Amino acid sequence: MFRNQYDTDVTTWSPAGRLFQVEYAMEAVKQGAAAVGLRSTSHVVLATVNKAASDLSSHQRKVFKIDDHIGVAIAGLTADGRVLSRYLRNECINHSFVYESPLPVSRLVVHLADKAQVCTQRSWKRPYGVGLLVAGLDETGAHLYYNCPSGNYFEYQAFAIGSRSQAAKTFMERRFDAFNSYSRDELIKDALFAIKETLQGEKLTSSICTVAVVGIGEPFHMLDQKIIQEVIDSIEIKEDDAAAADQAPIQDEDKSSEAAPMDI
Amino acid sequence: MALRRDWVYENNGGTCVAIAGSDYCVIAADTRLSVGYSIYTRDYSKICKLADKCVMASSGFQGDLKALQKNLAARHLIYQHQHNKQMSCPAMAQLLSNTLYYKRFFPYYTFNILGGLDSDGKGCVFTYDAVGSYERVGYGAQGTGAGLIIPVLDNQLKSPSPLLLPAKDAVTPLLESEAVDLVKDVFASATERDIYTGDKVEIVVINASGIRQELMELRKD
Repeated sequence: MFRNQYDTDVTTWSPAGRLFQVEYAMEAVKQGAAAVGLRSTSHVVLATVNKAASDLSSHQRKVFKIDDHIGVAIAGLTADGRVLSRYLRNECINHSFVYESPLPVSRLVVHLADKAQVCTQRSWKRPYGVGLLVAGLDETGAHLYYNCPSGNYFEYQAFAIGSRSQAAKTFMERRFDAFNSYSRDELIKDALFAIKETLQGEKLTSSICTVAVVGIGEPFHMLDQKIIQEVIDSIEIKEDDAAAADQAPIQDEDKSSEAAPMDI
Repeated sequence: MALRRDWVYENNGGTCVAIAGSDYCVIAADTRLSVGYSIYTRDYSKICKLADKCVMASSGFQGDLKALQKNLAARHLIYQHQHNKQMSCPAMAQLLSNTLYYKRFFPYYTFNILGGLDSDGKGCVFTYDAVGSYERVGYGAQGTGAGLIIPVLDNQLKSPSPLLLPAKDAVTPLLESEAVDLVKDVFASATERDIYTGDKVEIVVINASGIRQELMELRKD
């Protein structure tokens, strides 16, 4: 990005009141592969694009189960994401042990945000280079949060992070009003649609994406590849139908122009 | 000698039994919770499912048992996150032993018996003392009624001695239904003579198709 004299330490402010190291950490999130999350009143869906380092290697894991009622999708430095997932799992286990009940999602994201903030105020540390979409269900309902390296967190109806996430955000901005009343399957379909937007031309197959769901009566789990492929196929059939419908009227016009001379 | 006032344990009584078969395991425990000559409740489960194919039953101090069960359940969750699979029964057996020895100088006052299927699908039973010494056996009993039950099981299950060579399989050739009947018989007999055993017996059977549970009434006196 830009080199300037106030960006060496995270503990150095710039004259404009910015911490550049934190902003650079957020850049790392933008470079990661896309992840989207959507929620209704009863379900939350996470979907990610799984980049492989090369054709020979396996795909990166970007979705982690934290507890039966919480899961996260990450974008950015996967190693940081893995370490934070371990921390989140521990927090959930400790809370369950002491209180015999699941950790409310809002508390978990506060713990995570506080942990991230510490790294923005110690000269011997660096901010975590990963953004997390936290999807969870608790007594107050379904929740989707975004935790960023700065230590900030926000709750969302739907959100996308990572590279080309703006395309997914634009897609979801048009439709999010209806999300609360969506069924579980409609949410999954829209999540895959949003992922498709981030691919911008590349073919969407179940091998390059991961989809996970958590909902009322449904513990957090990742969907089977076969099921994802079926949803993708149904999306594509609808698109093909729409394209075919566009072509049909043109053919009718041709026929009517042929008929006209005969009538006369 | 000065009066000692730091005795922090309590024996809540009860009996546990487990029998390993070729492709099943039966674990049973009575449901009476007592203290002294009183009964706290007639409906208390001493059995805890630790993993898909692994169940633990314990008698002794139920406060320590609750804490031990929670401890193991949390450790099992961590294992599942790290290994992406359930713990096998022998792995859980080692974990339980380590957990008990960890408190060697302030022990869990629990007499445990672990039962389940090993990685080959064969029944296994592990029997413990309060500080973690354990052994894989073909059958076992712990608790206030154990002294009445073990001789009967010895007689019925003809377990080969671990000292004989070649080493013989410790699991019983009995069928699952026969083993469950035997367990019901020994509990009924122990109930007759042991004041801490009675009310109901909770019988858990683990086999390839999963875990099932049944309750049988016992004498309430």
